[in-house]
Amino acid sequence: MTEPLLKIRDLRIDATVYPPGEAAREIQIVKGVDLDLQRGKVLGLIGESGAGKSTIGLAAMAYGRGGVRITGGQVLVNGRDVLTLRDSGLRRLRGNEVTYVSQSAAASFNPSRRILEQVTEAAILHGKFTRQQAQARAIDLFGKLGLPDPERIGQRYPHQVSGGQLQRCMTALALCPEPDLVVFDEPTTALDVTTQIDVLKAIKDVIALTGVAALYITHDLAVVAQVADDIMVLRHGEMVEHGATDQIINAPRQDYTRALVSVREIRHDEQPPTPTPVLSVDGISARYSGMHDDVLSDINVALSPGQTLAIVGESGSGKSTLARVITGLLPPRSGRIGFDGHDLTPAQRQRPRQDLRQLQMIYQMADVAMNPRQTVETIIGRPLQFYFGLKGRQRRDRVVALLDQIEMGADFLDRYPAELSGGQKQRVCIARALAAEPKLIICDEVTSALDPLVADGILKLLLQLQKDRQVAYLFITHDLATVRAISDSIAVMHRGKVVRYGPKSQVLSPPFDDYTDLLLSSVPEMRPGWLEQVVAHRRIEAGGE
Amino acid sequence: MNPLILKILAQRVALSLLLLFLVSILIFLGTQILPGDVAQSILGRSATPQALENLRQELGLNQPAHTRYLNWLGGVLRGDLGTSLTNGRDIAQAIGQRLGNTLFLAGCAAIIAVPLAIFLGLISVLYRNRWPDKLISGLSLAAISVPEFLIGYVLMFYFGVMLGWAPSVSMVTEGMPFLARLQAIALPVAVLVLVVLAHMMRMTRAAILNVMQSAYIETAELKGLGMFRIIWRHAFPNAIAPVVNVVMLNLAYLVVGVVVVEVVFVYPGMGQFLVDHVAKRDVPVVQACGLIFASVYILLNMVADIVAIIANPRLRHPK
Repeated sequence: MTEPLLKIRDLRIDATVYPPGEAAREIQIVKGVDLDLQRGKVLGLIGESGAGKSTIGLAAMAYGRGGVRITGGQVLVNGRDVLTLRDSGLRRLRGNEVTYVSQSAAASFNPSRRILEQVTEAAILHGKFTRQQAQARAIDLFGKLGLPDPERIGQRYPHQVSGGQLQRCMTALALCPEPDLVVFDEPTTALDVTTQIDVLKAIKDVIALTGVAALYITHDLAVVAQVADDIMVLRHGEMVEHGATDQIINAPRQDYTRALVSVREIRHDEQPPTPTPVLSVDGISARYSGMHDDVLSDINVALSPGQTLAIVGESGSGKSTLARVITGLLPPRSGRIGFDGHDLTPAQRQRPRQDLRQLQMIYQMADVAMNPRQTVETIIGRPLQFYFGLKGRQRRDRVVALLDQIEMGADFLDRYPAELSGGQKQRVCIARALAAEPKLIICDEVTSALDPLVADGILKLLLQLQKDRQVAYLFITHDLATVRAISDSIAVMHRGKVVRYGPKSQVLSPPFDDYTDLLLSSVPEMRPGWLEQVVAHRRIEAGGE
Repeated sequence: MNPLILKILAQRVALSLLLLFLVSILIFLGTQILPGDVAQSILGRSATPQALENLRQELGLNQPAHTRYLNWLGGVLRGDLGTSLTNGRDIAQAIGQRLGNTLFLAGCAAIIAVPLAIFLGLISVLYRNRWPDKLISGLSLAAISVPEFLIGYVLMFYFGVMLGWAPSVSMVTEGMPFLARLQAIALPVAVLVLVVLAHMMRMTRAAILNVMQSAYIETAELKGLGMFRIIWRHAFPNAIAPVVNVVMLNLAYLVVGVVVVEVVFVYPGMGQFLVDHVAKRDVPVVQACGLIFASVYILLNMVADIVAIIANPRLRHPK
């Protein structure tokens, strides 16, 4: 076997954390990881948040983000230990031998410089190419990455191109200096599912064309299965399993890998709609003040008691705006909202307390939806006091009962939000919503910020609670796998309109309208070769028209 | 230039003009509520009622306030600031020369202080929390903490009297050669630079450090760029708006706050002029000076806003 391009031995990385109310302490993020990467190969690093995958990726550039310190081990690039490099050696490594593609290209491009200038900067500065050569190479890469008008797109500023285009520009930026290794750090995670597919294909093709080696970091096994030759599964800073992509997907050896592969196998049998809905949205149109176009136009959906209506769509489709209209934060321009047999007042401030109580909301970011200086007991106890006047002993008992329902228990009464994990925070938010004993809970992307296994737990909990308490969910999400798992009926939104609406079985069965077809076929499937199939299928369709 | 930017700029200029108009009303009202009677103060205590009445008639003091305000404003718009009550000279003419001197002094201070402050700010970021940063911060803070008249006298004593490098009294006259003029104002310029440096330097440092947290700075680091290039090419362009804002505030301070320094160095600028006439309660002169200082503030802040608008790539290059 030839000497690998990247060879990591017993890598150990520490970070200083500052837990609230305690002294700062050291934690180990990476605990002795070994890794080999041959020239021209793609290794997928996969794991949940906190697994240390990004940290390992950046260590290949001898870089530690924030308070992170590499405390031991070796990172050999081209046979040279980069951890021993000093300033000028590091500068020759970074942006030259090893380059980086971040999750958010929008934040990683300097807003005040033209794209081409930023893409070519490293190649020129490291003396790899003259300015003209670098620009020619960048334009060539823009073309290979499928960007429109490759000759001129570099003259634009980052805010002038779309998110998906900018992510491809970022890939061009990483490839321009002809590096030996590119670290892709969740490059498609922030994109809409229909955009992700094109960017993923572009990245995969350009890797094949240039023969560069890559570390591909992601939490999405289905995505990494499309691009990686090998996959390494990480957990809590340690390697769980390492093998060829096929083996990891089809014959995982470790329980943890098996859990990752089999995630999203929740089943929920669709219930038929009842004659009297708990929520009916009739002809709602809305726009934000100062805007000339409707963000929502003529929305008609209904939700039966104790059931789940999933609102699905990409960013900008208006699904969160619909939640704002229903909760009364954005009074609509026209239409009515029926709730539990009567019409809701458009503005939230004028609604009777009874309506406020029966309509609760859970948010995507559990962190910011809780007061960091209140304990779990205060957070969950607040609606009990506000709506039911419970105090003292009574209130505490009720909070403990609610904690039991969310599978957490009385131990958590005195904890602060910062002492909870992401999944626990979301559970507390659910308990807070339940405390009001609502008829309807609006769930706005409640699992999007969570790792797949944790998200699964939350979905299971939500379904169980629905069964026990007959609460209805309006479930807003961009994730079709979640929709499949939990909904009774589905509304697909696109550019402020409902393009498809009905019971789950009907919405998810052909014949599809164009947009729903695009959306459904864009969801990555956990088998190698899926990406090529979809893209080929789309080409045939486009050619046939 | 695109239409959007032009529209925003036009709005900003119109707002400044409106603000200036309101300030002119404030200044006029302010001088009206000062106690005492102008005619009385000109003629003195022994004046006869008839003489007072005649003078009031002559000065138009018997007319209602809004008529007098409109007359005054009309004059200002025509470039006629009225005549001084104490010596009967045309105010515009008297101020013209003085204002020129003040702008010269402030301009010289700005030409040195602004680039120096930004340069020191960049150095502070480059050596953040190491000794050059601490030294720069310490010295500039010390300079801003000492009142300017004290710095003025100290410099005057050492460099003017002991070393004889520069004249300790900054008299300039018409027709003085340029270099001689520069030498004459060396000390007041030094004082002004010391006074405004710290504020601009620290703001530059803070603004750049704020930008240094951005993800695109990490991108630049991972490109293997040198630290100075990162700060200069990637951080500074995005910190221009806050830096320009504080620079303009300080320039305004240079013009307006120069009063004390001018008096210390007996420099024939607006400051000395204003102090002289306030002492004599020469209302038209005070009004004129107030209006000019207000205009300088509003104008410079307008420039700061315009630069910030133009520096914003989203406005400069819309989608």
